[in-house]
Amino acid sequence: MSNKMKLSGLTDLLKDLDVESLEGVTIEGDIELDISGGGGLNPAMAYAMGHEAAQISLHVANIARMLGYPVDQLFASAMGGLPQAPVAGTSRIPELLPAKLDVSKMSEWATPIQEVTLGATSADGGSRKSTVTLGGENALPYYFDAEMPHRNYVTMDVFDMPIGMAKSVKDNYGDVINDPAEWAKKVVRDFNADMVTIHLISTDPLINDTPAREAAKVVEDVLQAVDVPIVIGGSGNPKKDPEVLEKAAEAAEGERVLLASASLNLDYERVAKAATDHGHAVLSWTQLEINAQKELNRKLMKQCNVPRDSIVMDPTTAALGYGLDYAYTNMERIRLAGLMGDEELTFPMSSGTTNAWGARESWMKESPLKQDSDWGPREYRGPIWEIVTGLTLSLAGNDMFMMMHPTSVQVLKEITQTLYGSIEADEIDITKWIGAEV
Amino acid sequence: MKINSPLEAYKFLPGTNCGQCGETSCMAFASHLIDRSLQATDCTPLIEEKKYKKKYDELVTLLAPEIREVVIGVGDNAISIGGDDVLHRHKLTFFNKTALAYDVWDTMEENDLVERVNKIQDFKKFYVGDYLTLDMIAVRSVSNDPKKFATTVKKVMETTEFPMVLCSFEPAVLRAGLEVAAEKRPLLYAANKDNWQEVAALAQEFNVPVTVFAPNDLDLLKSMAKTFADNGIEDVVLDPGTFPTGKGLKTTLNNFLKIRRAGINGDRDIAFPIMAVPFTAWMAHDDEISASYWETVVASIFTIKYGDIMIMHSIEPYALMPQLHIRDTMYTDPRKPVTVDPAVYEIGSPTADSPLLVTANFALTYYTVESDLSSNGVDCYLTAIDTDGIGVEAAVAGGQLTAAKIKKGLDDAGFDMGKLTHKVIVLPGLAARLQGDVEDELGAAVMIGPTDSGRLPGWMEQNWPPKK
Repeated sequence: MSNKMKLSGLTDLLKDLDVESLEGVTIEGDIELDISGGGGLNPAMAYAMGHEAAQISLHVANIARMLGYPVDQLFASAMGGLPQAPVAGTSRIPELLPAKLDVSKMSEWATPIQEVTLGATSADGGSRKSTVTLGGENALPYYFDAEMPHRNYVTMDVFDMPIGMAKSVKDNYGDVINDPAEWAKKVVRDFNADMVTIHLISTDPLINDTPAREAAKVVEDVLQAVDVPIVIGGSGNPKKDPEVLEKAAEAAEGERVLLASASLNLDYERVAKAATDHGHAVLSWTQLEINAQKELNRKLMKQCNVPRDSIVMDPTTAALGYGLDYAYTNMERIRLAGLMGDEELTFPMSSGTTNAWGARESWMKESPLKQDSDWGPREYRGPIWEIVTGLTLSLAGNDMFMMMHPTSVQVLKEITQTLYGSIEADEIDITKWIGAEV
Repeated sequence: MKINSPLEAYKFLPGTNCGQCGETSCMAFASHLIDRSLQATDCTPLIEEKKYKKKYDELVTLLAPEIREVVIGVGDNAISIGGDDVLHRHKLTFFNKTALAYDVWDTMEENDLVERVNKIQDFKKFYVGDYLTLDMIAVRSVSNDPKKFATTVKKVMETTEFPMVLCSFEPAVLRAGLEVAAEKRPLLYAANKDNWQEVAALAQEFNVPVTVFAPNDLDLLKSMAKTFADNGIEDVVLDPGTFPTGKGLKTTLNNFLKIRRAGINGDRDIAFPIMAVPFTAWMAHDDEISASYWETVVASIFTIKYGDIMIMHSIEPYALMPQLHIRDTMYTDPRKPVTVDPAVYEIGSPTADSPLLVTANFALTYYTVESDLSSNGVDCYLTAIDTDGIGVEAAVAGGQLTAAKIKKGLDDAGFDMGKLTHKVIVLPGLAARLQGDVEDELGAAVMIGPTDSGRLPGWMEQNWPPKK
């Protein structure tokens, strides 16, 4: 670079440059401008030279930019920041990188869950006004992979004798506690129950030892009182239950009830036969053990010839804080195994959500532990305990909920049907949440 | 993580079985790497010896969780979120339980503010040997005034060590908050489609984690997250919007499902922790109890399905208690044992006059009974019967808790009832129906305790020692 060049010459040169002719141009060394002319600079001359220098730097900057050098950052730091950066001191990211979120559906979920219909209308030889169909899923509940064909259903508990209940539950049933038929009417009429479960607990030899034939009368009363499908539960006494459920199944002939339940610790063959002989479905109850559930379902199908469309599973519900983690994961594994083709587990599920009331948090006046923060009023704790227990299992794939408290039923139905997609609501501008006055 | 068998991890270890990590062999150590109970840094030679440097670096990359981990706050109160490797807890376990942030706002009176912050940080519930507590304070800018926001943030910092979320869409407000609180590493909330350049610059300047907010626009959400990460802002939290009701809530759930499925399946650009804002339930309900209930319900959904951090409003015990328990439910390691060893345990310092109680060997049952007794200073013998890890009520129904099982439990433990002055065994109220059988089987007197062990201390006062 021994050749000297006038500033204006450089300007002319750069002015005429276009991108194509840049190839081969090299710029080396510093550009030195000697502006200390003898006798000082007159203002007009200085302005002219400043203008020329600025022009040059602009052109050089353009070249540098073409060469990929981050000119703007250099200028920004030299000039003390870009004018349009009022908040941030550092440079801005110029633009968003384009992106698209692609999510594939689960190809492994290829096996549908069995549909099971409970209740029978007059067209099918029963006297129910409507029926309930459980199951039929092709994905985990509410997932975008596949529409859920049926919503969740709630069956509310009715007992054939007064039982101990949490105060906030009992307050709703004081007027009907001695009359199962009225109790059943009340849960359907006032509390929006989809179904009713009549628990024949007085048949337990250790309670009243009510004869099975007498208990069957109660079933008839309940069937008379309401026109929704029903579930019939025994007392939980493994010796007595098969007989109680036989007589009850006979009394409910044609109504397609759900018999609760067959289990491995009682004579499940008798319960299964009671169901098949009278056209009912059977609840296959095991205790938090997926392999036991497979075994019992297999026995019901192979050994007892219960049709696939007549089996519902109850893999056991433990309350929030008292083993719900096991109950949730057990149900989730059962449902995933079913969707992935384990034919011994492709059945709809039922949850004894009422078990939530066993948790002390749902009914105790205050914490038994002095170190705890105040537990607040139990009237509000109880229902939410039952709701969260049920909601959790709904996300694991549970189809039907056996419940007790009217508020719990109302909220659980609202939330499960919202996730199912059948509830409309006003749109809310959530972008304003930060400033919301609450 | 990119590998899933101990054998694959073993290849990167020294293979010398030196035992410095406390394991007997490098293979044993490798299996702990895969189940994430140990980390590569626990292998001393691997980090100290130069020759392993390359292997160490490769191993760390392979073991990195699919969903990035983001740390909010500093020191002992710092909270990690994200870091998950699976879509279902039974496949491994979920890591870094959902962080629970409760709101305060900058138009609060100072006294109210301090009182609320204290309520949030003091709330605790004892559960299986530990306390369940809340985690964070979210400061909302309602006034939109930078000065007011800074004052509020400062007051919160003076009152608590809980990490903070600074909430505003106005960069000047966020800057004011950061100037007070940046050293505490708060989470910025949030960058959106309008302010993202300025908020990104703030995250860079103050080196804090930042939330990107794109309500029901997963492409934009991913675009912002990717842009931030590419520009060196790696501590990103995703808020796809929490629509609290109707079809919006269903969509919200599915947005969470899509983000997490894509992230676990290897889409690095979206593999960040997710934020839910159940707070929005308060925009849908007028009365407090309905709002509080709905907020709890929405929060439960996103505790179960992939919310890593949540902002909520209700601090009523009936909202906090289920929220703390559902979080514990989801984040309890499913690999831990369900049972305690069947045995006769001494609670406190029992003597020949102390009662002999029976319970199930389901861990939750046992620890509940145990804490009810020990925290109330009851000295007794507590027998955990082998019920296959099933609770009392279900075990009585299912035949896992019987008179014969109780006799076997005492015999196997070598417990001699003869050493007791009273010859009485106390059954749980939920096992009352076993009374006759147990009297026959053991030849002992049976008393029926309360149905909930929380009532044992009161029951003891009334009924113990037994009347002759």
